[in-house]
Amino acid sequence: MSQQFRTFLKVTLVLVLLAALLQIFVFQKSLDFWVIQVFYGISYGALLFLLASGLSLIFGVMRIVNLAHGSFFLLGGYVALTVIWTTGSWLLAIPVAALTVGVLGLIMERIFLRQVGFDPLRQVLLTVGFALLFQQATLDIWGGDNFFINIPDYLNWSPRVGDLFFPMNRIFMIGLVVVVGTLLWLLIEKSRLGAVIRATVDDAEMARGIGIDTSRISMAVFGLGAFLAAMGGVIGGGFIGVFPGLDFEVLPLAFAVVIIGGMGSLRGALAGSMIVGLMDNIGKGLYPELSYFTLYAPMVLILAIKPTGLFGRE
Amino acid sequence: MINLLRNKVIIVPAVLLLLALISPFVPSFILLLIIQVLIFGILALSVDLLLGYTGLPSLGQAAYLGMGAYLAAILVDRFEFGLSCDFPLVLVLGILIGAATAAFFGLFAIRATGVYFLIITLALGMVVWGVANRWNSMTGGDNGINVLSRPACGVDLSNDVVFFYVVFVVYSAALGGMYVLVNSPFGKSLMGIRESETRMQMLGYNTWFHKYLAFIIAGGYGGLSGVLWTHLNGIVTPEDVILTTSVDALLMVVLGGPGTLVGGAIGAMVVVGIREYLSTWVEWWQYVLGGVYVLTIYFLPEGLMGLPKLIKKRRPARKSEPPAEASSVET
Amino acid sequence: MKRFQSKITGLVVCLAVAFAFTLVSRTAKAEELRIGFLTPLTGFFAQIGKDMRNGFQMYLDEQGGILAGAKIKLIVEDNLGKAGVSVRKANKLIRQDNVHMFIGGLLASTGYALAPVSTRNKVIYIAPISAADDLTQRQKKKYPYFIRTGWTSSQPSHPFGKWACEQGYKRIATIGADYAFGHETIGGFQKSFEDCGGKIVQKIWPKIGTIDFGPFIPLIKRDVDAVFTLMVGGMSLAFPKQYKAAGKTAPLLGGGTSADEFILPSMGDEAIGYVTSLQYSASLNTPKNIAFVKKYRKLYGKVPSYYSESNYTTAQWIHEVMKKTGGKWPGRTRFIEIFSKIRMDAVRGPVYLDQDLNPVQNIYLRKVARLKQFGYPKAELWNTVIKTYTNVSQYGDIGRAKFLKQPVYSRNFPPCKYCD
Repeated sequence: MSQQFRTFLKVTLVLVLLAALLQIFVFQKSLDFWVIQVFYGISYGALLFLLASGLSLIFGVMRIVNLAHGSFFLLGGYVALTVIWTTGSWLLAIPVAALTVGVLGLIMERIFLRQVGFDPLRQVLLTVGFALLFQQATLDIWGGDNFFINIPDYLNWSPRVGDLFFPMNRIFMIGLVVVVGTLLWLLIEKSRLGAVIRATVDDAEMARGIGIDTSRISMAVFGLGAFLAAMGGVIGGGFIGVFPGLDFEVLPLAFAVVIIGGMGSLRGALAGSMIVGLMDNIGKGLYPELSYFTLYAPMVLILAIKPTGLFGRE
Repeated sequence: MINLLRNKVIIVPAVLLLLALISPFVPSFILLLIIQVLIFGILALSVDLLLGYTGLPSLGQAAYLGMGAYLAAILVDRFEFGLSCDFPLVLVLGILIGAATAAFFGLFAIRATGVYFLIITLALGMVVWGVANRWNSMTGGDNGINVLSRPACGVDLSNDVVFFYVVFVVYSAALGGMYVLVNSPFGKSLMGIRESETRMQMLGYNTWFHKYLAFIIAGGYGGLSGVLWTHLNGIVTPEDVILTTSVDALLMVVLGGPGTLVGGAIGAMVVVGIREYLSTWVEWWQYVLGGVYVLTIYFLPEGLMGLPKLIKKRRPARKSEPPAEASSVET
Repeated sequence: MKRFQSKITGLVVCLAVAFAFTLVSRTAKAEELRIGFLTPLTGFFAQIGKDMRNGFQMYLDEQGGILAGAKIKLIVEDNLGKAGVSVRKANKLIRQDNVHMFIGGLLASTGYALAPVSTRNKVIYIAPISAADDLTQRQKKKYPYFIRTGWTSSQPSHPFGKWACEQGYKRIATIGADYAFGHETIGGFQKSFEDCGGKIVQKIWPKIGTIDFGPFIPLIKRDVDAVFTLMVGGMSLAFPKQYKAAGKTAPLLGGGTSADEFILPSMGDEAIGYVTSLQYSASLNTPKNIAFVKKYRKLYGKVPSYYSESNYTTAQWIHEVMKKTGGKWPGRTRFIEIFSKIRMDAVRGPVYLDQDLNPVQNIYLRKVARLKQFGYPKAELWNTVIKTYTNVSQYGDIGRAKFLKQPVYSRNFPPCKYCD
C-alpha cells in the first residue's frame, strides 16, 4: 500500500494546493472560512467514523455487507432516548445504548446469520430482512415521532478563538472518536484478539486451518460493529435527530466512507470518514447546489482508479 | 424434466392471458396495483438477468428506473413530447438512456464480483439519486416533476384499463425477449460465467464483455420500467431512485426465485401486495414483509418458484415422474 | 399439472376476496360523508402530521362526528411526508375508500403532487397546510377541484418584507429549505423587501431536512442587518441553537414555520426575539382563540400550532357547507361553489376565499417572547403578535393581474441582484 498511498498523498497535496490557490484568487473566501469548515468537516467525519468503522470491520472478517448497519445506528439513538428519559443522563446513555445494541448484534449474528453458513450473498440478503424487521420494531416501541437527543448544558457552549466559535459538542465528538479510535487500534494491532482478527481478515480459510475459531471471531466483530454504530447513533441524535427512515438515510454515507477508504481496514475507515466529512462540508460551503455530487462523484472516481478503496486489499 | 419445462412454457402465457382477461373487472385500486406489479416485474427482469443468470447481485437497479422515469417526465414537462403517438418513441428512448447509463456505469462495476459488485452498484445508484436530488434546474429537486396526464394516441392511456393493457403488452414483450435472450447461446455463456468464470475464461470467452453486455441490457430494462413508472404515478421524485427501491427490486427477485424470469413478477406481487395493499389493512405489515423475506432466505433458497420442487421432494415417488434433478431445472 | 391448477385457483380466490372487500367498502350508506386525510404520521415530520390530524379530529369530536346530519367517515393515511407516497395513498383513498374529498398534504411539494391526482380523478382536494403558490395562481385552471383553506407560501412574506424595511434593515441574508415552499416564502419576502429599497445580499439553500447547519452558518455574511430563515419541522429547532452557538448575532426573521408553536416548546432562550409572520398565532388575544388554545392543550397536552388551527378551521368550513345543503352531498361542483362563498369567522380571524380559491385573511407579525399568558402558571415561549395586517390576499399589494404576469417565485426569481 505504501507506494500507492504515497502517490495518493502527493496527488492530494497538489490538489489541495491547487484548491488553495483557486480559492485565494477565485473564491476569495477568508482564512476563517477554511478553518471553520475544516473543523466542522473533521467533527462530521468523526461521526462518520463511528458509523462506518464497524461496517468496514464486519466486511473484512465476514465478507458480508451489513445492510442492517443503519438500523444499528438508529437503534442506538432510540435506546439512548429511553435511557435519557428514565435516568436523565446523557453520558450514561452512550455506553448503555452502545452495549445494548452490541449485544443485539451478537445475538443476530449467532442465531440468524450463522445459520445460513458462510454464504455471503444470503447473509447480505438476510440483513436486509432484518433492517425491515427493525424498522417495524422501532416504530412499535418508540412511535413514529422525530426526536432529538439534546446535548447537556455543559457541552452547549462555544469556546471562542479570535472571531471564530467552536461548538463544544463538536469538540467532544472529535475527542470521543480519538479515544475510541485509539482503543480500537490498540485492540486490533496490539492484542491477541486483534492478531486473530487480522489473520481472519487476511485469509479466513488459512485462519481456520491453523485452528482459529473464525465463527466466534465473526460474532465478536459483528457485535463490535453494532456497538460502534449505536454509539454513532447517540452522538448523531443531536445533529440529525432520531426518526423512522434514518436507518436507510445514513447507510449510503457509511458506504461512501468504506468505498473510499477501502473495506476491512480501520485506517481506511478513518481516512474515508475524514475525506467524506471534509468533502461534504467544504463542498456544501463552496457549491451548495452540488452537495451530493461533491460527495459521490469522488467516490466513483476512486472506484475507477482503485476499486478496493485507498486502503483495501485486492 | 421435459414435462415440467413444457408445462412452464404453457403455464406462463396461460396465467398472463387470464390476467389480461380478468383485469378490466377488478376494482380500480387493485388494477393500479397490478400495473405496479407488472412495472416492477420489468425491473425485476433486469435484476434477474444479472443476479439469476450472471451471478451479479445488483443493488443499484433503481438508478436505471430513475433515468427512464426522469427522461419521460422531462420530455413531457419541457418539450411536451411523449403525450401523443410519439409515446412508443419515449419507451425506446427510455431503454436507450437506461442502457447508455449502464454502459457508462458498467465500466466501473463490471470489474468487481460478488459482494464488491453489490457495493459498487449501490454507490453508482447513489450518484443518480444525488443528481436527481440536487440538479434542481433539471429535475426539480425535492419537488420532483409532475406529469399531468398520460399519453393518448387513438386511445387515452389516462383510462387505467387502457394503460394496463399497454403495460401488459410491454411486460409480455419484455418477458418474451428476456426468455429468448437467456436461452440463446449468449444466455448460456452468462450462466457459464455464473457457475465458473475462470472456466469460461479458459474456454476462450471474453467474460468481461459478456457481463458488460448483460449489464447494459439490464440497464435498458430498468429504463423501460422507469418510463411506465412515471406515467403510472404522474410524478417522479428522488424518492423513486432511492436505495430502498433498489433493495425492493433485489428482494422481489430473491423472493420469487432468481434465474426464473417470472419469479420476479411473483416476488413483485408479494412485495407490492404487502407494501401497498396489506398496509392499508394492518399497521404491522413490515413484520410480514421482513418475515416473509427472512423465511424465504432460510427455507427457500430458490424462492417461491422453488416451492413446487420442494413439495415434490417432500413427497417422493407418489407419481411416476422421476425425482427432479437440480441441474436440469435451471435450463 | 395439478399443482399449477391449484396455483391458479389460489390466485382466483385471492382476487375474489380482494374484490369482495372492495365491494363492502363501496356499498356505503348515502348520508355518509367520506373524507380522506393524508398526513405524515411517521418519519421526520410525524409530530406536525399529528398536529394536523388532531386539529381536524378535534372539530369532528366537538360535533360528535356528525356535520349537519352527515355522518363523517374520516380515513387517515400516513404519507411519510413524501410526494410519491402521497400520490399512491391518494389513489387508494379515491379508489378503495371512494372518498368524496381528500384533505391534507404537508409540504408544498406534496401539494404540487396531489393536485394533479384530484384533476385526474375528479375528486375534491382541500389543502389546509400545503402552501404551494402556483396551485391557486398561474396553474389554477389546471386544478378545478382544488381548494385552499390555509395560505400560499409567499402570502405572509409580502407584508413582512415591507415591515423589515420599516425597521431600517438594509441588507439581509436568507437561508432556507431548498424546495418549493422555501423558494416561494423567501421569494415573496425578497420581492417586497427589495421593492421598498432593501437588499437581499445572500441566499443559502440547505436541503430540506438538514439538521446539521455546520457547513452553512459560517457562510452567512458578517455585515448583514438581519437573517431571514425558512425552516420546517426539525430544522426549525436546530437552526437557532447552532446559529447562536456559532456566535452569530444578527437578528433572526423568518417564515412562519421557522418558529411555529409546534416547535416552540422544545426551543430555549435562543429563540427569543425571533420575528416571523403567519396567519395564526396561538397567543392571539381573542376569546375564540383563547378557548381554542385551552381546549386543545387540555386534549392533546400541547399548545396548538397553525397546523392544528388550519385543519380545525377546514373541518368547520366543511360543516358550514353541509349546513347549507342540509347534510346532503351536493356534488363536487356545487360543493366548491358553496364553499367559496362562505365567509368564515375562524379561530385565526375572518377568512374568505378569493376568486382563485385561496384565503384572504389577517397576517400577524409575531415575536417570540417568554411570558405568562392565558392564566398558565409558567413563563413560556409564545409568539406574541406585534403587528396585524388585515385582509391580506395572496397577491399582496401587487395586484392580481400584475402578480400573475411575473413568474412563480423560485430559486432564480426574483434574481439575486445584490448577491456576489
